This record gives sequence, C-alpha cells and structure tokens, in this order.
Amino acid sequence: MMRVKPSALVMGLYLLFLLLPIYWLVNMSLKTNTEILSSFTLFPQELTFRNYMVILTDPSWYMGYINSIIYVTMNVVISLAVALPAAYAFSRYSFMGDKHLFFWLLTNRMAPPAVFALPFFQLYSSVGLFDTHIAVALAHCLFNVPLAVWILEGFMRGVPKEIDETAYIDGYSFPKFFVKIFMPLIASGIGVAAFFCFMFSWVELLLSRTLTSVNAKPIAATMTRTVSASGMDWGVLAAAGVLTIVPGALVIYFVRNYIAKGFALGRV
Amino acid sequence: MIKTQNNKAWFLVLPVLVVVAFSAVLPLMTVVNYALNDTFGNNKFFWVGLEWFEEMVTSSRLHDALGRQILFSAIILTIQVPLGIYIALNMPKKGFWASFCLVLMSLPLLIPFNVVGTIWQIFGRVDIGLLGHTLGALGIDYNYTNDPFDAWMTVIVMDVWHWTSLVALLAYAGLQSIPQAYYQAAKIDQASRWAVFRYIELPKMQGVLLIAILLRFMDSFMIYTEPFVVTGGGPGNSTTFLSIDLVKMAIGQFDLGPAAAFSLMYFLVILLVSWVFFTVMTNLDRQESK
Repeated sequence: MMRVKPSALVMGLYLLFLLLPIYWLVNMSLKTNTEILSSFTLFPQELTFRNYMVILTDPSWYMGYINSIIYVTMNVVISLAVALPAAYAFSRYSFMGDKHLFFWLLTNRMAPPAVFALPFFQLYSSVGLFDTHIAVALAHCLFNVPLAVWILEGFMRGVPKEIDETAYIDGYSFPKFFVKIFMPLIASGIGVAAFFCFMFSWVELLLSRTLTSVNAKPIAATMTRTVSASGMDWGVLAAAGVLTIVPGALVIYFVRNYIAKGFALGRV
Repeated sequence: MIKTQNNKAWFLVLPVLVVVAFSAVLPLMTVVNYALNDTFGNNKFFWVGLEWFEEMVTSSRLHDALGRQILFSAIILTIQVPLGIYIALNMPKKGFWASFCLVLMSLPLLIPFNVVGTIWQIFGRVDIGLLGHTLGALGIDYNYTNDPFDAWMTVIVMDVWHWTSLVALLAYAGLQSIPQAYYQAAKIDQASRWAVFRYIELPKMQGVLLIAILLRFMDSFMIYTEPFVVTGGGPGNSTTFLSIDLVKMAIGQFDLGPAAAFSLMYFLVILLVSWVFFTVMTNLDRQESK
C-alpha cells in the first residue's frame, strides 16, 4: 500500500488542476450577477438557477445546442460511412498510389482551419448550402475523415486476413461480409473513431461559426452574444459553458470502457 | 500483413476521395487563385504572379507572428510531452480508479475551444476569477490583460490544462500494451526504476508518443480560438499567433491576396514538419514488423 501513495498524490494534484477551473465555472453559473461582481465567494451564497432558466427557455439559446448536436451527428455518420470502406482498402490491398493517397489524406488533418475559413464560406454560399447543418458537417469532414481512416486502418490491420477469405469461401458477398462479420469484429475501433469524430466536431468553432448565421448557428457561437447589451452577463455565460460540457461528459461516460480498450488495441 | 495487389480497391477509396476533394481541393484552389491575383471587388481579378509571396516573405509582421508561433509550440511540446508521460506512469492500471481517471482526464478534451477560452478568461480575471484573485491576494502582480508575460503564462497554462491529458492518454495506451513478463524480467535483473523506464517503457511507447507529438505540434501550430477568446491577441500583439494574424488579415481587413499567400506558406511549413514526422513513423512501423 505504501508504494501506491506517491502516484496517487500525483494523480490527485493533476486532477485537482483539471477540475479547479471547471469548478469555478459551475460555481459562477449558480450565482447572481450582483454576487459575482460584488463579492468573492467560494460557494454561491444565494443559490440561483436563473442563469440556466434563461438558456433553457429562450429558443435562440437552446436551438444552438440542437444545431450543434445535429451537425455533429451528421458529421460522425458521414465520416464513418466513407472512412470504413477506405480504411478496409488501405489495410487489405496495395494499389496504385496508395501511400501518396494516405499521406494526402493526412495532410488535410494538418490544414489550419483559418486557411480554409474564407474559401469555405464562398464555396458553400455559391452552392446554396450556407447556414445549413450539412455545410458544417461536410466542412468538418476535412479533418475528421482522415482521422477516422487513420484510426480504423489501425484496428483493421489487427484482424487476420484469413477471416475475409473464409467468409468468401462460405459464399458471403463483400457488402454482407463487411456488415455482418467484419464490422462487429472492429466494433471497439468504430467506437473510438466515432468518439474522436464527435470530439473534434463538437469542439471546433472557427469553421462552424463562419459557415452559419441563424438557422444552423452552433451554441459555441451563440455564447459570444452575452458580451453585448448591458455589459457582460457573466452568470448566463458561465451557465452556457457548463451546458456545453455536459454532452461531452455524457459521451465519455458511455464510451469509457471502449476508450480504455480502444486505446490499448489501436493506434490512437 | 502481406497485402494483395488490387487496383479495384480504388472503388472503396472513392467516397473518401469525393468528400475530401469537395472540402479540401476546391477551397485550396480558391486560395491559390487569390494568392496569385489582385482584386478591386466585383470579382475582377488581375494577375500579379508572385508579388504577394514576395511581400509576405519580407513582411516583418509575418516574421514576428511566426517567431511567436514557434516559441509557443516549442514551449507547449517541452511541457506537455514529459508531463503527459509522467502522468501516464502514475495512472492506476485497472479497476474503478483507472476509469475514474480516464473519464475526468478526457473532460477538458471535449469542451468546445471557445468555452475553454471563456473558462480561463473567467478563472484568470483579477476581479472575479479564482486564479487572478488568489494571485492578487498573495501579493503577485498578475493581470493578463495588460502584461504580455502574464498573458503568455495564462495562454500556456491554459493549453497545458487543455491538452496534456491527450498525451497522457496516448502514453497510457502505450504502457497498457506492455506485457507483464517484461516487468518481471526487469525485476529479476534488479533493474532500477529509471532503467525500466528507459529500456522497456520508453521504447514501447515510441509509436504512440510520435503520434502524440505530431498531433500536439499540428494543433498548437494552428491554435486560434482559445488565445483569441482569452487575450484577443493582445496586449499589443504579444499573443497574436499565426492563425489569429491570418484571420485578422483575411476577414478583418479583407486583404485576400496577401492572406492567401500567407496561408499557403503557413500550410507548407506544417506540411513539411509533418512529412518528416510521418516518414520517421512509417520507418519505425517497418522496423517493428520486421
């Protein structure tokens, strides 16, 4: 038992460091603005849920959450749907230009979103997709598809090729084999890839803000509203921040076992 | 694994190609177009060749931003990589506490970038923030809105807070894949803790660490939202990193030509560094499979 203690101390300190700023945000979200500005308190003296009520009753606030969730979901589905067959091709076959293609895909993960913000705006405006959820979902494919291909390829490499061959001998067609036999085998890989796509699409702001104005505006962009009008509404800002952490926390909670397993197996 | 030679595999890659080409190649071509032309509005373009590139290469503004960016990425990597490994070594190996730590550590990774900025903006404020207030009470003169050094410290601590967990989680995954037998052998040889780390754990983590360094390099080099929310690039220009400067130029001042030339060079720098990493990585993979 004595040997465990130093490492528990290190972890304790690190987790404390991670949680302190979040604690402060939650603390602020439960205070009134007068309390935030007039006194310095570690716990709310007058507990109030007004800040949350403001967000949950005003459509221009809560629609931001719905918009974000819609385009993130679309992005995860599109990314996985196109990345699965491609990752299979990369893991099983060598073909003309495969290595170059793989590197080219990865370069898109490296492209700074700032470089693409303006051209994206013009491209999606010219095809009439500006301010739609699908536009943001497609734009996020720029970095999520390469990442998904990369992760899935790592998992697929771990599945022996004999399984494919046996299935073909047993008379499975390719699509049937892929869906019925192959996908269940790499379920944890798909989970990990979906988790990362969710994560990078959920946290991204620059592109999603550039590509939307009203109908598909993400919550992260809505938050900048609190700055205007009569000074800063700190309480509402903090409450909105807390609410953006919740979906992420839920996703982590549900995939925690996959993540541990996925981390141990794959390349991510 | 020995791969079959089959060019029909292109059909499987085709969907990816279409999606990525739509969202990468077309915009990139637009950027190239801007970089080589000048415009006075109305969609009329005049060919200027490499003029913008020359202007940007000699621009002191770009040099300053690039210098700050390199310094920032270097500091971030030197702090986060060793700290991440250290945290991973101290994480519980299994059971309830392992998943407890995993869940809490992933939390900062899933917070939208501008909310990360907001959290630290609030946390660091002298009047209402826990950090700013506490430092002030301790008699330390801290104010990230007027002091460049304090602004840098805030942005760096924020990035460490935000991303160290990613390095730690990757390193943890590498550690988990080491068979127990290695540790037993080391114990029999009475290897020191340092020797175990240096000759067993570090080589086994090499692959994931390279991925971690690559990801951290790319993302810290492209950082935009978090410092923008916290400091807005200031005080002065002290925390104006490349992406912030670029967006200012392209969308703020609408200097499309120079901004596009700048974008392309920026992209090339990242590409070059990443290509080096990628080559090293694939070589390591090949060595391992031999």
